[in-house]
Amino acid sequence: MKFLCLECDAQLTFTERQQPGDGTFAAAFVCPRCGRRVALLANPMETQLVSSLGVRIGGSELEPAPMELTRAATVTREGAFTETDPGVPGRPRWSPEAQLRLGQVPRFVRGMVKKIYGEYAAEHHIVEITPEVMDRARTELGMEGM
Amino acid sequence: MSFRTYFDVPGSDASGLLQQVVGQRTRVAARMATVDRVVAVVSGKGGVGKSYVTAALAVAFARRGMAVGVVDADLQSPTVARLLDGRTDAPLRVEVDGVLPAEGRDGIRLMSSDHLLDDARALRWTSHAGEEHVWRGATETNVLREFLADVQWGDLDALLVDMPPDASRLIDLAALVPRIACAVAVTIPTPESERSVARALAAAREAGVPIVAVVENMSGYRCGNCHDVGPLFEGDAGVRLAAAHDVPFVARLPFSHASLNEVADALAPVADAILVDPRRPGNSP
Repeated sequence: MKFLCLECDAQLTFTERQQPGDGTFAAAFVCPRCGRRVALLANPMETQLVSSLGVRIGGSELEPAPMELTRAATVTREGAFTETDPGVPGRPRWSPEAQLRLGQVPRFVRGMVKKIYGEYAAEHHIVEITPEVMDRARTELGMEGM
Repeated sequence: MSFRTYFDVPGSDASGLLQQVVGQRTRVAARMATVDRVVAVVSGKGGVGKSYVTAALAVAFARRGMAVGVVDADLQSPTVARLLDGRTDAPLRVEVDGVLPAEGRDGIRLMSSDHLLDDARALRWTSHAGEEHVWRGATETNVLREFLADVQWGDLDALLVDMPPDASRLIDLAALVPRIACAVAVTIPTPESERSVARALAAAREAGVPIVAVVENMSGYRCGNCHDVGPLFEGDAGVRLAAAHDVPFVARLPFSHASLNEVADALAPVADAILVDPRRPGNSP
């Protein structure tokens, strides 16, 4: 799906997405020429229809976590899955604030998200992952919402 | 007003939907690259013992020293994991490269929704979007895709897929795994079963999947004392299906108290038929 600014005949640029948890989806776009901002608001049925394809609405640079759709879409019994910390030798420290924020990431993708922040920090020679580092990584890697 | 179409605008879209779907298919193909053959067990009808035949076939392969996995594609009525003594109450371990399969008897690797569900609870969805019938089919197919792509199956001689009764689901599987080696059709003797399994055979033809064996289950009743086989159901569906659809009728399994090992022995000709790759030139069944 693409959005076109009819005034400028220019494709709008994606800037932000939000999934507030009520089944809806919101995405914001901006015209690179005139700066006009537009929001796309999808209702729960529209959001669900696309989610059923096993894709991430709005796209993402992240590889899907194992059984991401199964774990998100089905009501599983308590303890059906157990996570294995991916573990990165020499990995950066996590500040307490960053750990708190990581704790807000859904459990079934937390290991994968942690690994990606760790790899981002290692690539940029960052010794401590803080909320600011997480914000920067989210913007650069397209990890909004994580 | 006239404006450009999707393809007239050169930039990519933000969602990358097509790329994500292509990525899904790529992950299935990558995982199946270490699997010698994917075999679907179909019936087009419930209650004919398809999961039982799947389990016995898995045992037949395992007892030959082969590495075998079983995917239970019947998400709503999973049974095959328990038939193979797989623990369904133990957590599935998630690693970065995928979920480790559960292990059943004889080292058979398993993945089933039975590992995910509470006892006596149907498969339920977290979404409250409503109109579940609209999106449930796509979601179920994608759960099956993850059972194939996101499990660390490793090197396998055979991955058996215990299909749900719905005949059309084989077409969904074929879309996920373009080179299904073959299928085995299970029926009981009755004319009703014959009609339903005929639909499954048609679906297999439509999906381009060769049927290498028809198995007639509950083909008579074997007495536990004298071991004679007496009649159980009216009909001769196995023979009639084989003749009508030009597929091999390979085994009859009487209703009995036989162990899974004994049934696996009885299905040895079916295992042989599977191991003859029907897609290779000169190997047509």
